[in-house]
Amino acid sequence: MRIQVENISKSIKGKPILRDVSLTIASGQSLALIGPNGSGKSTLLRVMAGLLSADRGRVTVDGDRVDKLSPRTLAQRLGFVTQEAGTTDAIPVIEAVKLGRTPWLSFAAPFRTNDQQIVDQAMRAMAISEYKNTLFNALSGGERQRVHIARVLAQTPQVFLLDEPTNHLDIRHQIAIIDWVKQQNATVVLALHDLNHAFACDRVAVMNGGALAAFGPPKDVLVPSVIEPVFKVGVQQNHSNYSDHPVLTFVKYKAA
Amino acid sequence: MVATLGFALVVGETRIPLEVIWSVLRIEAGYTAPEVNPIDHGILWSYRLPRAIVAMACGMSLALSGVVLQALLRNPLSDPYILGLSAGASTGAVAVAILGFGAGALTLSSGAFIGAMLAFGFVAWLARLARGPGSSATSSLALLLAGVAGAQLFHALTALIIAKSADANQARGIMFWMMGNLSGSRWPDVYLAVPVALAGAGVIFAHFRALDAMTFGREAAQSMGIRTGLVMAVLIGVAALLTAVMVSLTGAIGFVGLVVPHAMRFMVGVQHARLIPATALAGGIFLILADIVARVLIPGQTLPIGVVTALVGAPAFAVILVRSSRAHSS
Repeated sequence: MRIQVENISKSIKGKPILRDVSLTIASGQSLALIGPNGSGKSTLLRVMAGLLSADRGRVTVDGDRVDKLSPRTLAQRLGFVTQEAGTTDAIPVIEAVKLGRTPWLSFAAPFRTNDQQIVDQAMRAMAISEYKNTLFNALSGGERQRVHIARVLAQTPQVFLLDEPTNHLDIRHQIAIIDWVKQQNATVVLALHDLNHAFACDRVAVMNGGALAAFGPPKDVLVPSVIEPVFKVGVQQNHSNYSDHPVLTFVKYKAA
Repeated sequence: MVATLGFALVVGETRIPLEVIWSVLRIEAGYTAPEVNPIDHGILWSYRLPRAIVAMACGMSLALSGVVLQALLRNPLSDPYILGLSAGASTGAVAVAILGFGAGALTLSSGAFIGAMLAFGFVAWLARLARGPGSSATSSLALLLAGVAGAQLFHALTALIIAKSADANQARGIMFWMMGNLSGSRWPDVYLAVPVALAGAGVIFAHFRALDAMTFGREAAQSMGIRTGLVMAVLIGVAALLTAVMVSLTGAIGFVGLVVPHAMRFMVGVQHARLIPATALAGGIFLILADIVARVLIPGQTLPIGVVTALVGAPAFAVILVRSSRAHSS
């Protein structure tokens, strides 16, 4: 599904968080949102997910405005993984993943074998099948994150919006998530902190102070001239035999 | 449930055997049955049976309110009594009864409903202020303290209204409103309590998926297609209504909404499709049993039922408090 963000502005308690952001993601493409803390990545994701309304501008998914679709229809098209959603309930992993089927179920459409198959598949994709009867709260941070992604996979959306999905993950699982993003046929938008992971995406958007500082393919955007002034760090491009893209290393910013 | 009801009819100041109960029920249903001692008949039909049925409806309602509040506020310690809803309902009911804004069970209930909603608004507002910016789920501590403040405030208002306007006889009623008492329950109370309890249970059950979806918070629920604002407004309204009607009939009975849902989660799991019916059933049974205990614990005297539920509930509350604070810190 094609996502179009047009002139989005949003203030929270009088403080501008997003300033006139516009970008387009073609169907099946992946977009990395990067930027310093507080640059508006999470807010932009929430506006795209229809969880927050914008003050100005609009977001459309295949031409339909997200704030005009019914929440249920929107949830069938679009899945959102929040950062560190916790619970005090003693809920087993399999039940947590089953929640992802919510937008497809009703009294007329109860949970069926087909839904169970989708749930099993989602748990296999995130390698959590062995924990299915374990309580969510007994898992590590990384395992919990994979449960959340499996839950949104079970939602079978055509667009995935992920707010820092690799946070709290060890390096092996970070790479697993990034690989999963690359293999997706669905449209994926994810907020990232590790700039090197952003090379795996088709497009990179750099946010700075609520505005879009740069937008384009990774090789054009993930370069010192763009990154240094936004993140206030020194950036060096290295070439590695293990990697098909330049590897960025960072040093303390020396103002020119 | 039927067995417990039967038990409630048998046990009491005077023991009435099952055959007699069966005869009374058949006579009242219009069938012929062996003659029964009219005193036994009277005790059974006019006192014990309506009392047990009100206890059942009340237990169901309070336990279900607990389930709803725990799921929506994402706080295992939520319960209509602890959050001050019951205290607010008492104040509302007392204001209607004593200050005389009309009379009758229905106006009493509406007064209680307004009181409960005011109390909830006050507690929610206070908890929000205390929570501070940044954290999403309301912390247990903030909510509890706000609940304590709310309950104390409304209890004080109730006491004030009673002290100012009531005579000595009415003043004794303060115990009734604060601890709960079923001794006044008659058939007209049944006709109000049962339909309200069943309708409330129906509305709550219809929302079982939305309640499940709240497991990981409001935002997650919203992203799964739940209209969280609407669901919260409807279900908190229903919880307040259930609490208000029951408080106006029986006074503020504590801890039912806390103990029963937690015991049921332990037994049937956290999925609301199973939890809601189990809680409704167990809540009804729990309060009938608590009322039996209240009637027989001290021979010749009936304890307020709230004393019995608190004796069971307060230790359970302590256990849940310790366990939930451990879950938070891990």
